[in-house]
Amino acid sequence: MSLNAFITKETLESDDDGPLAGKSIAVKDNISTEGLRTTCGSAMLEEYVPPYDATVVERLKDAGATIVGKANMDEFGMGTTTETSAFGATKNPVDETRVPGGSSGGSAAAVAAGEADLALGSDTGGSIRCPAAFCGVVGIKPTYGLVSRYGLIAYANSLEQIGPIAPTVEGAAALLDVIAGPDDRDGTTHDEGADSDYASAADGDVEGLTIGVPTELVEGADEGVEEAFWDALDELEAQGAEYHEVSMPSIEKAVAAYYVIAMSEASSNLARFDGVRYGKSGGYEGNWNDAFARAREEGFGSEVKRRILLGTYALSAGYHDKYYAKAQDARAWVKQDFDSAFEDVDVLASPTMPVPPFELGESLDDPLQMYLADANTVPVNLANLPAISVPAGETEGLPVGLQLIGPKFGEETIVRAASAVEN
Amino acid sequence: MSDTPVDADEVRHVAELARVDLDEDEVEEFTTQFADILEYFDALDEVPEVNREDELVNVMRPDEVRDGLTQEEALSNAAETEDGFFKGPRVS
Repeated sequence: MSLNAFITKETLESDDDGPLAGKSIAVKDNISTEGLRTTCGSAMLEEYVPPYDATVVERLKDAGATIVGKANMDEFGMGTTTETSAFGATKNPVDETRVPGGSSGGSAAAVAAGEADLALGSDTGGSIRCPAAFCGVVGIKPTYGLVSRYGLIAYANSLEQIGPIAPTVEGAAALLDVIAGPDDRDGTTHDEGADSDYASAADGDVEGLTIGVPTELVEGADEGVEEAFWDALDELEAQGAEYHEVSMPSIEKAVAAYYVIAMSEASSNLARFDGVRYGKSGGYEGNWNDAFARAREEGFGSEVKRRILLGTYALSAGYHDKYYAKAQDARAWVKQDFDSAFEDVDVLASPTMPVPPFELGESLDDPLQMYLADANTVPVNLANLPAISVPAGETEGLPVGLQLIGPKFGEETIVRAASAVEN
Repeated sequence: MSDTPVDADEVRHVAELARVDLDEDEVEEFTTQFADILEYFDALDEVPEVNREDELVNVMRPDEVRDGLTQEEALSNAAETEDGFFKGPRVS
């Protein structure tokens, strides 16, 4: 049976000779590919064909990669399971009764099943790291500004980054080397990463590395996940690293802050889908506001509507200060907590996900419970930091991911630490 | 209970602001879910005042003409076009 990892299966060969020559790559379906349908997992964009390539896609082609299809995803990246896709759920190749995680579930499943050598995902609140953890592969969420977002169809601009998914740390780092670096079409990109060599940092040398463990991110995790997590840390200690617990009180507010900010940005970003310039129009006539509202009712799924409405609410007169402004305060507080933590440690570690992969269908009815599953990944996006998820054992036959968080532009450090977990 | 309770009328009002039609089942479902979610967001009330030290810099570039999409490309995904323009819903 197919895993449904791809929304569109089509091969784009590259003649260029480069570091990715001979490699097959799955590209998440919210990353624009010229002439190749890009749906964002939404009925709204079922027939949308971008007239241009995202910067990262240009870089893949220049590096000689062969794109093998557009990977399934939660609609507009809004989900933790890939079940909100308008094109059906993706199955987890490790256990086909389970979700692959999300929102880049198709990307991670394709890599885990060998349907692609590598994949690109995007990570707004954990959407690369969660599916990497659930499918037993490696995923990197880069520092904000390391990778161009030009051609990434926006969900929450201030939080999201495109990043690599691969079977190994070195493979993920090598793909990051290809896509990282400044782009004059994305003003938030940075000179850092222009001549990066993250792949060679995957040398497994953690002698003298200090690791902080935020207690807030371990407490409450599933018992089997917690066991695998501590085993991985003991293994790193045996290789010369040392770890101790740290406390980051702001993290308790991170999920609320993240969702208020992400939904607010989404409500603004998704206002562009009116069915006139692109997307499903429905062909309605009469008052434009009514015609657009009907087109959007048909084009968007429940989770997308939920987030657009809550974001509109959080930004509306009378509620802006209570929700949006407080969420920005919380975001600044989370950043300060990370800054203090990194005064004493080189990296921070936690389980990537507090739970093993959900069963298909298990969590669709309770959105808040789904949001809470993102507790360990969202603080990283709020603080604009890099993080990697690397496989760290199993619980009851299901993969467990170890998350390693680095300081701003500390990609080499997290790649090095994660490569030791593979030893 | 949230100190900003949401009722069905408020869900309809926000849906109107957001230009998203909802059917009655969705209004009912969202009313219940929003109460839970907004109650959870109330945790932000306990966030201390934080000195937001933004390290932001403006990124400028010369304002030079360069190639963009052609008119044909720009129109290529529109449901309806006429004489090189996008065509919106007929008003009457």
